[in-house]
Amino acid sequence: MTSTIKFSRRAVLQGTAGLGAAALAAGLPFGSAQAKDIAIGFIYVGPRDDFGYNQAHAQGAAALKKLGGFKVLEEENVPETVAVEKTMESMINLDGAALVFPTSFGYYNPHMIKLAKKYDKVRFLHCGGLWSDKDPANAGSYFGYIDEAQYLSGIVAGYTSKTGKLGFIAAKPIPQVLRNINAFTLGARLANPNVTTQVIFTGDWSMPVKEAEATNGLINQGVDVVTCHVDSPKVIAETAEKRGIMVCGYHVDQSKLAPKGYLTGAEWNWEALYPKLAKSVQGGEKLPNLVRGGLKEGVVKTSAYGALVHEKARKHADDIKAKLTAGSYVIFKGPIKDNKGNTVIASGTERGQTDIELEKMNYLVEGVLGALA
Amino acid sequence: MRKQRIVQVSPVSIDDASARWQDILRSGAEAVAVPLLAVLGALVVFGIFVSLAGVNPFETYNLMYAGAFGSWFSWQNTLTRAAPLILTALCCALPAQLGMVVIGGEGALVIGGLAAAAISQALPDAAPLVVQIAMAIAAMAAGAAWIAMAGGLRHWRGVNETIASLLLVYIAIAVFNHLVEGLLRDPASLNKPSTPHIGDANMLSTIPGTDIHWGLAYGIIACVLAYILIYRTTFGFGMRVAGGNVKAARMVGLPVGRLVLVACGLAGASAGLAGMVEVAAVHGKANASLIVGYGYTGILVAFLARHNPLAIIPVAILLGGIGASGGLLQRRLGLPDATVLVLQGLIFIAILTSEVLYGRLPWLKKVKS
Amino acid sequence: MSADLLGWWGVPLAVLAGAIRVSTPFLFVSLGECITEKSGRINLGLEGTLVMGAMSGYAVSYLTGSPWLGVLAAGCAGAVFGILHALICSLPRVNDIAVGIALMLFGIGLAFFLGKPFIQPQAPNLPSIPFGSWSDNAQVQDSLRINALFLIGVVLAPALLWCFRNTRWGLILRTVGDSADAARALGYAVNRVRLFATAGGGFLAGIGGSFLSLSYPGSWSEGLSSGQGITAVALVIFARWNPMLCFWASLLFGGAAALGPALQSVGITQGYYLFNAAPYLLTLLIMILTCSRDRTLAGAPGELGVTR
Repeated sequence: MTSTIKFSRRAVLQGTAGLGAAALAAGLPFGSAQAKDIAIGFIYVGPRDDFGYNQAHAQGAAALKKLGGFKVLEEENVPETVAVEKTMESMINLDGAALVFPTSFGYYNPHMIKLAKKYDKVRFLHCGGLWSDKDPANAGSYFGYIDEAQYLSGIVAGYTSKTGKLGFIAAKPIPQVLRNINAFTLGARLANPNVTTQVIFTGDWSMPVKEAEATNGLINQGVDVVTCHVDSPKVIAETAEKRGIMVCGYHVDQSKLAPKGYLTGAEWNWEALYPKLAKSVQGGEKLPNLVRGGLKEGVVKTSAYGALVHEKARKHADDIKAKLTAGSYVIFKGPIKDNKGNTVIASGTERGQTDIELEKMNYLVEGVLGALA
Repeated sequence: MRKQRIVQVSPVSIDDASARWQDILRSGAEAVAVPLLAVLGALVVFGIFVSLAGVNPFETYNLMYAGAFGSWFSWQNTLTRAAPLILTALCCALPAQLGMVVIGGEGALVIGGLAAAAISQALPDAAPLVVQIAMAIAAMAAGAAWIAMAGGLRHWRGVNETIASLLLVYIAIAVFNHLVEGLLRDPASLNKPSTPHIGDANMLSTIPGTDIHWGLAYGIIACVLAYILIYRTTFGFGMRVAGGNVKAARMVGLPVGRLVLVACGLAGASAGLAGMVEVAAVHGKANASLIVGYGYTGILVAFLARHNPLAIIPVAILLGGIGASGGLLQRRLGLPDATVLVLQGLIFIAILTSEVLYGRLPWLKKVKS
Repeated sequence: MSADLLGWWGVPLAVLAGAIRVSTPFLFVSLGECITEKSGRINLGLEGTLVMGAMSGYAVSYLTGSPWLGVLAAGCAGAVFGILHALICSLPRVNDIAVGIALMLFGIGLAFFLGKPFIQPQAPNLPSIPFGSWSDNAQVQDSLRINALFLIGVVLAPALLWCFRNTRWGLILRTVGDSADAARALGYAVNRVRLFATAGGGFLAGIGGSFLSLSYPGSWSEGLSSGQGITAVALVIFARWNPMLCFWASLLFGGAAALGPALQSVGITQGYYLFNAAPYLLTLLIMILTCSRDRTLAGAPGELGVTR
């Protein structure tokens, strides 16, 4: 799968380069491709083949390329500072981008908002931000309720764990991350009420040695299923596999990295969303300012079950998955206590996915071992 | 290399004015010609490198020029990227006058940015100008203290300042993250922990007619001041003497400890100011986005400028331009983002190697009268 | 079930195991730098060498299927960088620290550039030797599964110390490092000795890099090194140019780096940024305590720029 991505990427890039060269030769300052192709820019905060966050977006961009009719521009390793402003501006000014996808959270405010005000003809769609009506109308944000997929991973992990101890390696204690930790734990305790999740914060989005160290630390405490929320789960999956424990993936499918221990995983489905968004812009429709969706809308998906997932686990997870896909299931449903014993969601209260309270999550649910700094 | 500069001043007898002029012209021409040759050499090697990667080198040069200097937009892109580098380069160049290699500018920048963001919260009702001045002073003081720590350790404990300043970078980043995600965190900064916003009114504006923030002007002013300090004051003369030979400096009664502390303090202050500019002109708050390596690129700028504050300005613009063109190389030619790093490394190596050319270029050889 | 759980006892075990795992790159880079600095030159570029070694080791292991060929390739790549450093430094008026910084940048850039195609594929890793098979406890067994490169490092450190003290080569190296003029007067080719010393140092640093990509964490990515190479250079000064002390310093540093995750895994979650910075703070503190203004450090090569 990866080799096909790379191959097509190179082919497309060579194509673009050729067009650029032709334009230069023709004496034009900067050439754009054929007039009907709209140029769409993708900006990644890390390397686009990281087996993680950035690769998920790059797979979405690759899906767009396959579709045809779009000129896809990509830049990787762009830091969240003036560099990203200038990258967006360069894509707009020099390559005629009509739609830009800055895909990292820190690109949103002030950088993308600033650019959206300056270039009101260009559309900006940001991953992870929360668009409000104070923000420009040519800007928007999208994100997925990936906690639904994490919940399913939790169910599977809860059934397959023998020690009843799960591990979660996370970058920082922020709402998006806490929601995943909590959903994973709630899912696991659905399968086995005695399960605990030990969480380790590494403090940074990409720290391979620290992540490997954290994985080993968890395993030494008896953890036998790990999952994570860092940019690149590669090292965690590989370390887990090497030490013979099980792992649930994140961002993209990592089953290739842990063929024995991979249970399932919470994946983004940008391959489905990006073509949809790009087509709506191509068709001249009004830009959707706030796109959110989970399994039901096809924004997130789960990895295929690994060999270690037994029938009972599959059945339970599939059952909940069907309910989530139908939109008839609420994960954050009271009573829910945090791990200090306080009630955070009262009995009878249902916090559905669109509930804005969930985007402010600042607690760890009962069963999570760890604390917020 | 430092000793060289001091004796350079008057090797010629004073009465022979025309010979002296010739000498100044010669060394001036050399100071331009040698680095230019080095950059050209690096570009040639770089061209060979990209053609090995299957990309047409001339197309690459063409795109780099277009991306860096080819249009008004590109110029603004370049200058915006150069702005923080000018200030962080001073952080390396000032202690270098004393023969010290300080590579901890990143730490001073981070601590300075944090101090600026913190002080703005203490002045909720002050006029914007007051807040801006307070932020600048706080940032400079914090940065100065940070690098002066490395200088002081060197002077009083004999701790190597290169290593100490580097270790201080890691410590600064840890303290920064700890506070930004703890004590100083704005509870409303949900998914990207940050300090509270300094307020739109307190933000630094852009230079009129451009979208480049005032940080560029601060950097240029700081470079001019540093130049005057080094080459036109007794203090600066003392720095250069001590840089040439600490023992001799002690012997003639120069206060080496004070020189070290002040040079390191000023160095840290300029990197701290860079942090304040990042907060007050770019982000509006202190968060992990401040840590993007401007401090490290500043080291490169300082060495390429041979630690001459005035030369820092064009060199920073050159490096800003390389950064600005990196995106085009990725998008149009499919070259990886690291291409820019390779070119920077090649230029750095070439400039250092070109050191041997001084006094050896055939058409610039000193005429024997 | 609870029989194989160590609970709080897991912390010292994790720190020990972490020290062994995390310390190996520090060990190799600092031993390499030790040789280089003994000859009177400092190579600050070993961070670039380390990253280059990690990349080339992984690439060769992937392409040939043999991790040991990867280690060799990593060493050779490191030696090439060392030779480059030595050649540029042998030019008149060139500052070795500056050349080091330049090569650090170049090495990292080149490794990232050439390493793009190797981020995704999986290369065969180096083997580990199970020293914990005496124990019934799975964690003890796993923690004592020690990588072969670490063992090589364990042998290398005292061997280097012995060489420095007792061989002709060691004597020449130290003479060149203490006084180039004296060495010249004795008829030694100073630049050639330094060339070999820097190339050897680069070779070891490259191997240190291959440990990161081929053993622990065991894959190539751009964020692989978080400054291990440059920290190892600091460790050499800290270790007084003594290979055995380099070994202990590396272990200490590795253990300190493992402390943060280990404490969190038993539930101490406050202040992890500060725990993560502990190794750097520790190094700085020890340097402050052991350095002195009035005397040069015992064991410091006289020609070394950083100690003057």
